[in-house]
This record gives sequence, C-alpha cells and structure tokens, in this order.
Amino acid sequence: MEKLICIGNGMAGMRTLEELLKVAPDKYEITVFGAEPHPNYNRIMLSPVLAGEKRVDDIILNDAQWYKDQWITLYTSEKITTIDRVKRQVISDKGTAVKYDRLLIATGSTPFIIPVPGHHLPGVIGFRDIADVETMLATSKTGKHAVVIGGGLLGLEAANGLLKQGMDVTVVHLMDSLLERQLDKPAAALLKRFLEQRGLNFLMAAQTEAILSTTPLTSSEQVKVRGVRFKSGLEIPADLVVMAVGIRPNFELAKSAGLHCERGLVVNDTLQTYDPRIYAVGECVQHRGTTYGLVAPLFEQAKVCANHLAGYGFASYKGSQVATKLKVTGVDLFSAGNFNGGEGCEEIIFQDPAAGIYKKLVIKNNHIEGAVLYGDTVDGSWYFDLMRDGTDISALRDHLLFGQAHLGNAGHGDSRIAVLSNDAEVCGCNGVCKGDIIKAITDKGLFTLEEVRAHTKASSSCGSCTGLVEQILASTVGNYSPTPKDKPLCGCTEHTHEQVQRAIKDQHLTSVAAVIQSLNWKNPDGCASCRPALNYYLIATWPDKVKDDPQSRFINERVHANIQKDGTYSVVPRMWGGLTNPKELRAIADVVDKFKIPEVKITGGQRIDLFGVKKEDLPAVWADLNAAGMVSGHAYGKALRTVKTCAGSNWCRFGTQDSTGMGVKLEKMTWGSWTPHKFKMAVSGCPRNCAEATIKDFGVVAVDSGWELHVGGNGGIKVRVTDLLCKVKTQAEVLEYCGAFMQLYREQAKYLERTAPWIERVGLEFVKQHIVEDEAGRKTLHERFLASQQYAQDDPWAQRASQGVAAHEFSPLQTLEVA
Amino acid sequence: MSRLDIGVLNDIPRLGARVVQTEKGRIAVFRTRDDQVFAVHDTCPHKGGPLSQGMVSGTTVVCPLHNWKIDLNSGQAQAPDVGCAHTFVIEQVNGRLLLNL
Ligand code: SRM
Ligand SMILES: Cc1cc2nc3c(=O)[nH]c(=O)nc-3n(C[C@H](O)[C@H](O)[C@H](O)COP(=O)(O)OP(=O)(O)OC[C@H]3O[C@@H](n4cnc5c(N)ncnc54)[C@H](O)[C@@H]3O)c2cc1C
Ligand code: SF4
Ligand code: FES
Repeated sequence: MEKLICIGNGMAGMRTLEELLKVAPDKYEITVFGAEPHPNYNRIMLSPVLAGEKRVDDIILNDAQWYKDQWITLYTSEKITTIDRVKRQVISDKGTAVKYDRLLIATGSTPFIIPVPGHHLPGVIGFRDIADVETMLATSKTGKHAVVIGGGLLGLEAANGLLKQGMDVTVVHLMDSLLERQLDKPAAALLKRFLEQRGLNFLMAAQTEAILSTTPLTSSEQVKVRGVRFKSGLEIPADLVVMAVGIRPNFELAKSAGLHCERGLVVNDTLQTYDPRIYAVGECVQHRGTTYGLVAPLFEQAKVCANHLAGYGFASYKGSQVATKLKVTGVDLFSAGNFNGGEGCEEIIFQDPAAGIYKKLVIKNNHIEGAVLYGDTVDGSWYFDLMRDGTDISALRDHLLFGQAHLGNAGHGDSRIAVLSNDAEVCGCNGVCKGDIIKAITDKGLFTLEEVRAHTKASSSCGSCTGLVEQILASTVGNYSPTPKDKPLCGCTEHTHEQVQRAIKDQHLTSVAAVIQSLNWKNPDGCASCRPALNYYLIATWPDKVKDDPQSRFINERVHANIQKDGTYSVVPRMWGGLTNPKELRAIADVVDKFKIPEVKITGGQRIDLFGVKKEDLPAVWADLNAAGMVSGHAYGKALRTVKTCAGSNWCRFGTQDSTGMGVKLEKMTWGSWTPHKFKMAVSGCPRNCAEATIKDFGVVAVDSGWELHVGGNGGIKVRVTDLLCKVKTQAEVLEYCGAFMQLYREQAKYLERTAPWIERVGLEFVKQHIVEDEAGRKTLHERFLASQQYAQDDPWAQRASQGVAAHEFSPLQTLEVA
Repeated sequence: MSRLDIGVLNDIPRLGARVVQTEKGRIAVFRTRDDQVFAVHDTCPHKGGPLSQGMVSGTTVVCPLHNWKIDLNSGQAQAPDVGCAHTFVIEQVNGRLLLNL
C-alpha cells in the first residue's frame, strides 16, 4: 500500500481524507499529524461554544475511535517541523520521522497579531482554536473588561460570546463601518444599532497604539495585560485583549521545504503544489491568486483533491464564490459577492429600518453580482444559487426582491415557509405537511434533501415542492454555510453528473458495468436512479459503439409501452405531425376489436392512445400496427415525443406557411432520438399559435417572412414560456437549427433535466452562442445529431414484433409439475 | 405443497425477472447479478404493482408504479414504507429451477 501523510488535523485535511476514504478506502496507509491536542473538531462552532450555546464535546467531528476504525495513525500535539522532499519524509518537533509516497498539507492559517508594543503579554490572544476559547472562558470568570480588536465576523462573534459570559466588551474597529467586507453602510448601521442595544460598546475609526501591562508588586506576580491605548491618547481598561484583525495562511513549513509560495502555498486546479507528490488544501493554499477563509470552498477543494489522490484524475477545482452569515443568535445577516456595485451595475434595494430589514441586490447584465440581506435572509441561498449558476434573471426581475416564494410555482402560491402553519400541505403528490417534515428532520436527525425524501416522501414525486422542502430543512437544521452546489449523481457515488459524463468520454467507458467499476460505485449494481442515467450518457456519447442495456431501463422504455396502474400497458403509435388517414384508423380500429382493447382516447399530443393492452399481446398488436405503416410513438420514453401542428397554409385562411408539412419533416428527422428528458415540439402556421408552440421544448411559429424558433418551453408541472432563439427563412434552416439544438441539449444537460430548467441553468446566451452565432459549430452539432440518428431510427416495435428481440419479456415461463 | 420445474437460470435475464402463472397467482422470479434467484408474489404491498417489471439492484426490486423498494429475501418494503409481499422458496437443482408452492 502507498503511504499518505496529512499535516494538519483540521477541517480541510480531514474532509479530504473522508472524501478519499469514500472513493478509495484501501489505497493508502494514512498518517495524520496535528499540532493541537484534540481530534478533528468543527472550528466554526467555537463561537457558539464561547457563547455558552454548545460544549466542546458537541463540536468534535471525528473522535479518536474514528481514526482507529479507518486504520489511520494519528499523532496529536505533534507539530511537523521539517519536510524532507528528497528522502520523502516528515519530521516532528518530538523527533518522529515518517516516510510518505504522497503528502497532503492542510496547515490552515494563524490569526494575525498586530505587532504593537505589549502584543506578547499574557491575556492577549487570537480567536482560532480550543485553547483560545479556554483562555477566554477562564478570564471571564476573574476579569471584567474585554477588548476585541477587529469588527469583522470573527471579532463580532468573539465579542458577542464574551458579552454572554458576563464581560464588559468593547469592539475596536479601524474603519468607520463594521464588517466592511461583508456589508454596505446601511446594513452595517442596522447591525451596529442592534448590537449596541444588546450591550456591546464600539470604538470606531480607532487605531491601537499599545497594549498596557500591569506593574507587579512582588516578583512572583506575573506581568499581564491591563489596558489598551489608542493613537488619540484614549486609554481603556482590559483584562483580556482578543485580536481578530485577520488571518495569515500558514505556509512557513511548506516554504522552508522549497515549495513555491506567494500569499499562500500555490496549488493548481487539481490542488497539487509544485512538487507533484505534494497536495495541499484549506486556508493555507492560494489557488488562482485567491486564498479562502471559509469552509464551503475548502470542502469543494477536498472533493477534488480526493479525486486525484484516489487516482481518478478527472475532477478539477475552478475556485469558489462564497457567501457569509454571522453566527450571532438573533442576527439575520447574509452577504455574498460584490455588494458594493460599481461600473455597469444596478442596485435593487428594499429598506424598512423600523422593522430592521434591509435587502440589496447588485445586478450586472441581468445577472446577480452580489447580495446583502439583513433582518430577512430567507432567500439568501436562492440568490446565492442564482448568482453562482449565473442565471439570467431578466424574467424574474420584477419579483426578485420579494423572494422565491412569490415566483408562482403553479399550485404552490404563497409558500413563504415562515408563514406556513404546521398542517399546511407542502407536497401535493404525497400529502406531506410542513409539520411532518419538521418532525422527521428533528426526530431522525436528517441533514439532506435526499434523507427528507426517503423518510417523508416529500418532494420525491413531481419535485415541484423541492424548493420549499429545502427551505424547511435550512430553517430547521440552521445550516451555516451552503452545501457545495455539485450534487452527486445518486447515493451510489460521490461523482456529479458532469464528472460522470466526462469520465465516460475521457476514459472511453462503453458499458454501465464499466462505469460502475472504474468510478468505484458504492453499490456494484448501481440503483434505479443511476442506471438509467448511465445508460443514457453512454448511448448519447457513443451512439455507434454502445449496446443498449435493457436492465438499466425503466419498464416503460424496456418494453416500449407505458405501464398502467393495473399492470396493463398503453400503446401510442406515431402520427406524423398529427396527420392520419383511413388506412391507419382502420388498422387501429381492427386492433382494438381483435385484442379487445378496453379504451381508445385522443391524447393531448394529437394522436391516439390504446389503453389496457395485456403485456403478452403487445408484440401482436405492434405487428398489426406495423403492417399499416405505423411505428412506435415513444410516448413512454425520455425521447422525442410528439410534434404537434396546426392546419397551416394548406387550409387555414390565416396560415402563412405549411406548418403541418414542417412538423412532419421535423418528426421524421428526430423520431427515435433519446434525450435527457422527454422532448416535445410544435409548429404553428401563424402567430395565433394554435399548436401551442411556445410551451414546447422546441417550438416553431411561422410568420410571413419565415420561421421563428422558440426554445425551452414547458407545460406540465411548472409552466414556462419559451425564449425566442432566432428567426430563420427556410425549412432547411429550421431542420438544421432543430437538430443542432437537440444535440446541444443531449450533450450538455443532466439526465432528467428538461430543456426549461436546463436553459435556466446555462442561460439563453449560452444556447445562442452555440446555435445562432457559431455557424460552423451549429453545423457540426447537427451532423452529430444525424449521425446518432442512424442508430436510433430503427422501430423498436418492429424489432420486437417480427425480429424476436427481447422475446422473454412478453411470455411467462412454462412450468412443469414435479414430484 | 406442490413443486414446479420452471426452467433454467438462463431463462431469466441478470438483474431482471420472469413471471410464472400458478394456482397461487402470478409469481415473479428474480435473478441477481451473482445468479441468486428469488420468488416473490408479483403484487406490490402498496397498490398491487407488478414487481416483476421493476428494476433490480443487489437483492432489492423497485416497484415500477410508485418506487417502493422491496427486499427479495423477505418481501418486506424498505422503511419508511411498511408492507410485505409473500415470498416462495425456490431452489436450483441440477441446473433446473424448482419453485415450491
Ligand atoms: C397520454 C397523455 C394524456 C392524454 O391522454 O392526453 C399523457 C399521459 C401521461 N403523461 Fe403527460 N400525457 C400527455 C400529454 C402531456 C402534455 C401535453 C402536450 O405534450 O402537449 C403535457 C404538458 C406539456 C409538457 O410536457 O411540457 C404533459 C405533461 C406531463 C408531465 C409533466 C412534465 C413536466 O416537465 O412538467 C409528466 C410527468 C413527467 O414526465 O415526469 C407527464 C407524464 C405522463 C405519464 C407518462 C405519467 C406516467 O408516468 O405514467 C402519462 C402516461 C399515460 C400513458 O400510459 O399513456 N406528462 N403530458 C398525453 C400523451 C401525449 C402523447 O401523445 O404522447
Ligand atoms: C471562531 C471561528 C469561527 C468561524 N466561523 C466560520 C463560519 O461561520 N463559516 C465558515 O465558513 N468558516 C468559519 N470559520 C473558518 C473555518 O473554521 C476555517 O476556514 C477552517 O477551519 C479552515 O480549515 P483548515 O483545515 O484549512 O484549517 P484548520 O481548521 O485551522 O486546520 C489546520 C490544522 O493544522 C494544524 N497545524 C498547522 N501547522 C501544523 C504543523 N506544522 N504540524 C501539524 N499540525 C499543524 C493546526 O493546529 C490546525 O489544527 C471560522 C473560524 C473561526 C476560528
Ligand atoms: S395529468 Fe398526466 S400524469 Fe396526471 S393523471 Fe393525467 S395522464 Fe396521468
Ligand atoms: S404499487 Fe408498488 S409502489 Fe405503489
């Protein structure tokens, strides 16, 4: 086994090991060195510990037993003093020397102590670790006055804690406004007023000159801190001085080993330092010129670093955007991004000083650049997601400041969670109330959306209440930092959709089993969520090479018919562009009589559905329909569904173009194609739009001078009207743009993401760039679409009706009685 | 009790199922990746969905109608759902599959 050493037993280092153990449990023999005497604990929670809201025991993340269980050798209270890169070993201050094959540096940062006279006195500390908190708690029992230098997040949390421990606390700040890196002035003023009401004192725009010491009366008495003097000449008493003016990445050790450091230990997008055997994560690193001081980015780094330590080598870290909240009970504050605006920015502001509410969004080119919320932070994570995902907000703009609840999720009108009563129904599909969800979260200690889904079924069906459930989760568990946005594909893996898609391509994986094996799935069979996704990604990536895996298909796609509540199936033959004729209708009528099919219905997609067909009869029903020239309508598939059309210029007195003919051509080109989610089209002959083209994935509206192309529409659960992509002149162009658009969607979207949410995620601009602006790119996309259609346009009904494919599906096993 | 010879292992697709019609109703016979076989009444304890049409992973089948997860060993639904599908003993003898009713 290779040897891995981690220097630093803190949050980033241990998270990286956790991620590594999840994906490659047996790859390394691991040793950890930590300078602190404790096992790994949640540093963030030192503030609640200081405030008396939690105990040290509550904040331990991995206790000594965890290291044992993982076969990790842990040295606590041992500081590494030398890294010998030639011998590949590290040496501690106690003389322990251990060899490595790979080294992980996660030494965090140290509080910056202003070098004013007296800064070394006992009673002058930073706020970083358990030892600091212990000093503060001990001093609060004997001393009266505390001075906190620095009015940033850390300083205010320290001040709040010391106040709660009964001390008289003064916060000294160099600037004239608190939290200047998180808040604009109006929000900072609201915060200051609130904290003053609580009893904190503030000295603003004050520059510390010296820390004053006691004069001991006897030689045995210790010299310690007595007060603080400012440049203005003012002196105030102090039994404790906490310096919270900033942190410095802790890279001295790395630097002394000759690793390239600037403001931090420099790493690349794979978290590797200049020495390829040495990785680094956490506050000690500098990535693309940036250092971080919050956990969310460190966790993202940990995931990527683990991916490389495990030898997969396909994840990459691109930097993080961060959001902050202040952990002072009673204060609701959220801030993210550039909240001060600047050139080309607009600001949307809501203020209600009496109620203590202030909200500001900074917008640039229809994207959120930054946000400050004070007093009402319910929508913080929503804004943060919009910002991080780079969502185009032009359509939401009017409602943006009123929050996500006002966006009109069809059927979920006023959904602000705080005003919902406990018996209000949150999930309409499964009849789950707010109270049920809260109870499950608190009783069962749930943390993730997936857990809430598993235990309550809320948001596990149509998913339109997902946002609400997430809000309930956030307000019930009180999460302090947003979870990384990249969710794993499913519970079987840590990898995201994008990573899996990339791995399939880069590593030339061509079967579901190969993906599961080479990406080290936790579950050797995968599950009902990931197998269909993998099968789709494989087919879409390698249309010419991959063999479809029927066992990775949901029943409908496996047997090419829709299962019904009584276990029978429905059959929907294709009717090109909604056109039919006597021969087809006669064949349908005959089949209904012959197989005693109980119900025939016109669908919402302009064709005919035969309900209640027995599974055993399916091949024979298809054979008869095939004989009249009909093929599968794919009403069951994540695939091209229907192309609805209107009468158009052939008949209609308003028709400007042949919309029916256009629809038929589109359907002939695209039928059989597998897509991430179902894909629907429509063609209307004039802007009266009788075919409802503006709520389709790809909608075409004819006008006198040509065709308008619309994309990203959705009827169904949450109605979304299409965006106008562009206007073209000829039918050939409509076909080319359509094929290119479908291919872009097939290659870029996540499995089960319809075009509407996909476009909201990537932005219409992205689609325009690829389809409208880049002519050569459009043509290659279209060609790739047609190439994959060669393999897709083989009627699955005919294969089963007359070519004997999957015969076992349609007949029960024969039995023989034995003794 | 009666005993039925229902064929050989390869009649059933890996990670799939076939149905047997018996005097005790429709019985689904599953085959796992490692060639274990299980026989479970083809009726989901939720609303009667045909379990034979579900997706198999490990020794669990997911009902095609509303995604209940049923354990093939015991027939029990996975928590938080509650319910049980009847199971039957099935043996592999000299390459034949024998189902005990
Ligand atoms: C048959 C049909 C109803 C009808 O009798 O009219 C129908 C039936 C079903 N729809 Fe639909 N939808 C039908 C037109 C529609 C339409 C109208 C349209 O396409 O113009 C919509 C809204 C438009 C849209 O999709 O944007 C529609 C929105 C849905 C949705 C919500 C999709 C969404 O993105 O919000 C679902 C659920 C899903 O796909 O996850 C759904 C799912 C279903 C399923 C597949 C539910 C299921 O899983 O069993 C139903 C299958 C019944 C069956 O066995 O055939 N059906 N469904 C229509 C078939 C059209 C066809 O010829 O293929
Ligand atoms: C009071 C407080 C409140 C905070 N609140 C928040 C918050 O609300 N939200 C948020 O996102 N972030 C918060 N943070 C920041 C967050 O805790 C840090 O970003 C995070 O802990 C950094 O992780 P790390 O592993 O890089 O460093 P650390 O967690 O500091 O771990 C580094 C470890 O390495 C050890 N070490 C250093 N050098 C050596 C050596 N040579 N040999 C052996 N061991 C060594 C150190 O002793 C330390 O234990 C807070 C921090 C503090 C102090
Ligand atoms: S709306 Fe669609 S999914 Fe709902 S019952 Fe009707 S056919 Fe089924
Ligand atoms: S019938 Fe099986 S889950 Fe509902």
